Amino acid sequence: MNLFFQQIINGLTLGSIYGLVALGLTLVYGILHIPNFAHGALYMVGAFMSYFFMTDLGVHYWVAMAGSAAVVAVLAILCERLVFHPLRNSPPIHDKIAAIGILLFLEAVVQMFWGSDFRRLSSPFTGIMNFDGLIIPEQRLLIIVGAFVLVIALQLFLRKTMTGATIIAMAQSREGAFLVGIDANRVAMMTFAISGVLAAVAASLYAPINLVYPAMGHLVIMKAFVIIILGGMGSIPGAIAGGMIIGFAEAFGGFYISTAYKDIIAFGLLVLILSVRPQGLFAKGAH
Amino acid sequence: MLFKLGSLLMKPGAKMALLAFAIVFPFLADNEYQVYVMASAFVWAIAVYGLNIITGYCGQLNLAHGGFFAIGAYTLGLLTADAGWSFWPAFVAALVMTAVLGFFVGIVSLRLKEHYFAIFTLCVGFIIYLLIDKWEELTHGPIGVRDIAAPSGFGLVDFTETTPFYYLVLAFLVFSIWFMGRLSRSLLGRTFIAIRNGDELAQSLGINLMRNKVLAFVLSTTYAGLAGALYAGMVRFIGPEEANINHTFDMITYLLVGGIGTLTGPLLGTVGIVWITQSLQFLEEYRMIIFGPLLVILVIFFPRGITGQFLTWMHHKAQSLAPGKKRRESKVQTASAREAENNA
Repeated sequence: MNLFFQQIINGLTLGSIYGLVALGLTLVYGILHIPNFAHGALYMVGAFMSYFFMTDLGVHYWVAMAGSAAVVAVLAILCERLVFHPLRNSPPIHDKIAAIGILLFLEAVVQMFWGSDFRRLSSPFTGIMNFDGLIIPEQRLLIIVGAFVLVIALQLFLRKTMTGATIIAMAQSREGAFLVGIDANRVAMMTFAISGVLAAVAASLYAPINLVYPAMGHLVIMKAFVIIILGGMGSIPGAIAGGMIIGFAEAFGGFYISTAYKDIIAFGLLVLILSVRPQGLFAKGAH
Repeated sequence: MLFKLGSLLMKPGAKMALLAFAIVFPFLADNEYQVYVMASAFVWAIAVYGLNIITGYCGQLNLAHGGFFAIGAYTLGLLTADAGWSFWPAFVAALVMTAVLGFFVGIVSLRLKEHYFAIFTLCVGFIIYLLIDKWEELTHGPIGVRDIAAPSGFGLVDFTETTPFYYLVLAFLVFSIWFMGRLSRSLLGRTFIAIRNGDELAQSLGINLMRNKVLAFVLSTTYAGLAGALYAGMVRFIGPEEANINHTFDMITYLLVGGIGTLTGPLLGTVGIVWITQSLQFLEEYRMIIFGPLLVILVIFFPRGITGQFLTWMHHKAQSLAPGKKRRESKVQTASAREAENNA
């Protein structure tokens, strides 16, 4: 029973992280129709920024997370301005190649400064909570609660504020948004900033129970892509649901089937689902 | 003057000159290592030609290309090192293997369009990498495969020597380029370009999208398998890193620098960048600091790469000349105009 409960906690933790990363990816896709391959690099930079702020500047975990979110948000805005904006009228293949260029660049820069060693980010939440025999490490609880709070905050922002509504409007209809006078540049920059913040926070939350290294974004970004395909590209609830599906599939698959192959589960699932339903699980109509 | 140089490159003589240079290269090289580097550049160029078929001509960004390269290398490696086959049967098996796997991956992945296809193939590439890394009973996992057989020369040549191997690779490269040239001028090549320029338009012209895309995909994976098998025969030791996604990204860089969807682009891009990387050895680890922004700058400002830019420039130059000039130049114009159009 306890082992089973552990897997549920694992699934929730993984699902929360994947969900946050996939949310940023799906937001950007919904607005600009760019599959941002560089998103995983933003995630990785987020982790390294937190690491840098904590170990080199000695600030508290929360401050480091906020600083990292700010840096990555600026970085994401720069990507939009310098790379994706000039390419807005190009064939879609160019966006993808440019995104790969950003990914390679960011990884190389991080590797130049910190090398390719594995590092550990220490968190102040190292304790273990015991609920009547059910054990939850504090950091995992923090990830689950943190992701939950962020998703609610994002929902409130998108639904209840004017600026948030412009993002939704852009995603629903580009021309319609222009007609009512929405500034496309502002929305694009804001969307990239939000996606950067989500990636940096997800990375900072997950880093203490994982490792920090330049290639850490690869697997996460690929899984995030699997998630937004499962959930329908551009769909916010789809990203959260997809994140949980992959998180649980991995936690239980890794425990009950095979640890060595747990990373393949997500991709196997994708291949299976796309073979049967090329438009994804939740997407309506054709893509 | 420059224009004359330009029209010179368009002539068939230029190709012969390039070939002649490639043939005498081992005699001009200072040492064996340079010949080895050139041979490895040719191997990569063959793989990049494959990528050019599906991505350049057919317009589908295939991110599993490095994976198929690794499958070619591993098929050859495992058959010769573990199963005791000799090189040439294993070589043919590697081609068949990549073609068959390419067919099955193709019929699933090509139902997806654009972004979905790119993401799907990214995942396929990663599955290939994970399988090679984790399936230790078959692939030896991270230890890699040792003692891969070199091509047997039937007692005539010794392909474990660098220079004979160089000529072997050169022969395959020339064949690959010749085949590409035939393909790009054939109805099939034009069909691929039509698909790139617009799925729906191509379909309304009566082109069977699925059949042609799968054909392009299988051709491209077979090219990758050919390059992978030659690579395994050359280095004779392979590991899971051959399937690393970075190889695919490298190949995209070569293709883009040289000129995507052009005939000479893959060769120029690959050989050029391999030599630049070689001469800047200290850059090996950090080369992406330059290549990353280079990719971005290329797609923003020069999306057609060296060859494409050159052809466009030739086209403008030829147009600005008054009509009724020498016949040879008007021939150049139509040839460059045609290729420039194909690249649009």
